[in-house]
Amino acid sequence: MKKKDFDVIIVGAGPAGLAAAYKLSTAGIKVIVIERGAFPGAKNVMGGIFYRKAMEDLIPDFEKTAPLERHIIEQKVWLLSEDSALSGGLRSEKFNKEPYNCYSVFRAKFDKWFAERAKEAGALIITETVVKEPIIENGKVVGVKTDRPDGDLYADVVIAADGINSLLTKALGLRESITPDKVALTVKEIIGLPEKVINDRFCLNNNSEGATIEITGPFFEGMVTMGFIYTNESSISIGLGTIVEDLVKHKVNINDLLEKLKNHPIVKPLIAGGEIKEYMAHMIPEGGYFAIPKLYTDGFMVCGDAAMLVNAVHREGSNLAIESGKLAAETYLKAKEAGDFSAKTLSVYQKKMKNSFVLKDLKMYRHLPKMMEEKRQLLTKYPQFAIDAVYDMYNIDGVPKVDKIKAIKKSIGKLGYIRMAKDMFDLWRKVR
Amino acid sequence: MHSLVFIKQVPDAAQVRINYETGTLIREGVPSIINPFDAHAIEAAVQLKDKYGGNVSVISMGPPMAKEILKKALAMGADKVFLLSDMVFAGADTLATSYALWAGAKKVAEEVGSIDIYWTGKQAIDGDTAQTGPGIATRFNIPLVTYAVEIKEVDKQNKKIKVSRLIDGGMETVEVPLPCLITTEETINTLRYAPLPYLIKAAKTSVVLLNSGNTEIDAEQCGLKNSPTKVKKAFTPPKREKGEMLEGNDEKTLNALYDKLEPILKQCGKL
Ligand SMILES: Cc1cc2nc3c(=O)[nH]c(=O)nc-3n(C[C@H](O)[C@H](O)[C@H](O)COP(=O)(O)OP(=O)(O)OC[C@H]3O[C@@H](n4cnc5c(N)ncnc54)[C@H](O)[C@@H]3O)c2cc1C
Ligand SMILES: Cc1cc2nc3c(=O)[nH]c(=O)nc-3n(C[C@H](O)[C@H](O)[C@H](O)COP(=O)(O)OP(=O)(O)OC[C@H]3O[C@@H](n4cnc5c(N)ncnc54)[C@H](O)[C@@H]3O)c2cc1C
Repeated sequence: MKKKDFDVIIVGAGPAGLAAAYKLSTAGIKVIVIERGAFPGAKNVMGGIFYRKAMEDLIPDFEKTAPLERHIIEQKVWLLSEDSALSGGLRSEKFNKEPYNCYSVFRAKFDKWFAERAKEAGALIITETVVKEPIIENGKVVGVKTDRPDGDLYADVVIAADGINSLLTKALGLRESITPDKVALTVKEIIGLPEKVINDRFCLNNNSEGATIEITGPFFEGMVTMGFIYTNESSISIGLGTIVEDLVKHKVNINDLLEKLKNHPIVKPLIAGGEIKEYMAHMIPEGGYFAIPKLYTDGFMVCGDAAMLVNAVHREGSNLAIESGKLAAETYLKAKEAGDFSAKTLSVYQKKMKNSFVLKDLKMYRHLPKMMEEKRQLLTKYPQFAIDAVYDMYNIDGVPKVDKIKAIKKSIGKLGYIRMAKDMFDLWRKVR
Repeated sequence: MHSLVFIKQVPDAAQVRINYETGTLIREGVPSIINPFDAHAIEAAVQLKDKYGGNVSVISMGPPMAKEILKKALAMGADKVFLLSDMVFAGADTLATSYALWAGAKKVAEEVGSIDIYWTGKQAIDGDTAQTGPGIATRFNIPLVTYAVEIKEVDKQNKKIKVSRLIDGGMETVEVPLPCLITTEETINTLRYAPLPYLIKAAKTSVVLLNSGNTEIDAEQCGLKNSPTKVKKAFTPPKREKGEMLEGNDEKTLNALYDKLEPILKQCGKL
């Protein structure tokens, strides 16, 4: 092997790669991060709600300098039909006290900031450079090839944090290309509005309070889709993600679907008068627990989206990325002590992940993606039924409530008591 | 063979739009880039370094944000980069700019050794005056070669350089003694895809900050106050109207075309 240039090569300057880079650099490890974008965050997309906890464990006072938009005090879910929204959620003053639970962020700004912290800690970050493949010697990963002249680099360990399409994990045979049923295509617009208008429309007291709305239901025509509306300081992020296979099957263009959402009578007034500032598209891995590859091999570990670490139900991804990057870094430090970077030593990473909230959460929801795929009634008939039932109860039209309840019971009968009970039981059991 | 390249931070013209109502540029969200001609000046200097040795320094006058283009310059093969940034420079026209850059250049030479070739782009894509390079050469009282398209030969021994430059309707080759200042056309070279070691070096090298405190600069010759150029008015040229289409291959169409062209050709003396 050629002389190593660095202790660790990290591929990808998203939250996963930067967390690993930060942790390793603060421990005095020689780290290089290779990023293909013009700057870290240049093309990175997120809704995006950023959770405090995992980041705080890494950089305790990050909130002082990080570019955060609003802290979120209200989170709502809408079951949306063509003309109605059945809404649930929580607004709490508990979320309005420091330390805040989560924030809206812009990744282009956030990743850039995070990269600066990693640089200050000593990490070297190289941009506009694409990693093409791992360099393997005697069955061990010893470095990477980049697209630059003189572009080979060698190190003890390569950490892949190269996002959903992870070239490296595929090249090493840890993972296949993702199939269309395990990935969501997501589009998002940032719509500029004056702060005051946003505060008024979302009932917020000032520019630092924020609200989120998650949207699902029959409006999306039975496609597994999650829509979202988030408040930033002086803009609103609105977007949605749909499983690619569903888009193909239903012959739906995701941009048309976003247009349709923006023109929904309940959504429209929230964004009215705004100016589209930016449009973005990105993929989200939705395969869940069963899609997660082996997380290590000789001289190699994989973190974040590259390892499919996304909890779609709770729109968590960036925090799982950070936690995994941190644990990979800890594993490297242990391996360095032992002076051994073989798969055997690096398997500690998998154990650490297993014991962390990352794999525990994903395991809990492991059956959910398949269930959503198979039981479309969960997304269509049942929510529609709930919307109609609540409408009936709220609609005072002279019909006695007993009769209304009878009618509701009758429509449950039509949906199939047994089947619905079974579906609900299944759902409960599978997220237990 | 030491080179010093002057580079200017400009908005990426491909991404600038015009607000026709106010007549101003919409700069918001538009990334800054190295003035395209200046990138070729860097490449030309690095090519000479590769061939004849020496070092390449780069300097820019601008706001702190201009650090980013200097980092790019390092990744293109520059050895040392300098940012001349100070409130006293704000609002400078080409006279004050070339003064400040000249003063900065002298400071650079103190740090890296005496400079053999100064380089600028032929012009900045935003200011477009093409005056800064000549302004600097004049202050140094050294030969100036504008619109260079090829470096023919460097005679290290006798300190001479032979350069081909564009002139109206053709090209000429000139030989000048060093030190000199060369302004570059884009056609002088093609930019290389920088090798990884350059990028690593760039990430490890920091930008040297120059200001009126650590550089010998006379504040009385800097900034808006000391810029004789006054902007009287700024306006947007009217949007070009769609051209007129004449269709057909008969005499009638031809005559109609002639009738339209005749007065124009007469007016500009071509008929
Ligand atoms: C629309 C949308 C909304 C989301 N909303 C949320 C949310 O609200 N909250 C949340 O926590 N998560 C959210 N997520 C998920 C979250 O964005 C990801 O889980 C997270 O970004 C994963 O981080 P990462 O570092 O693993 O990957 P990424 O952020 O994708 O970073 C990977 C990096 O690697 C680089 N790269 C890739 N290949 C190469 C290569 N070959 N060479 C060099 N560089 C390479 C990329 O340019 C990129 O910078 C959302 C995702 C999307 C798409
Ligand atoms: C009254 C007035 C106020 C102005 N205020 C400002 C202001 O506040 N901020 C501002 O940015 N501009 C300002 N300008 C514009 C500024 O004067 C010109 O951009 C500058 O003098 C260079 O002229 P140019 O753009 O025509 O460049 P040219 O002369 O066309 O440039 C030729 C070459 O000179 C070099 N060069 C030019 N400028 C620089 C530089 N700054 N650093 C290093 N190399 C350089 C480059 O190699 C370039 O290719 C002002 C102009 C006027 C008249």
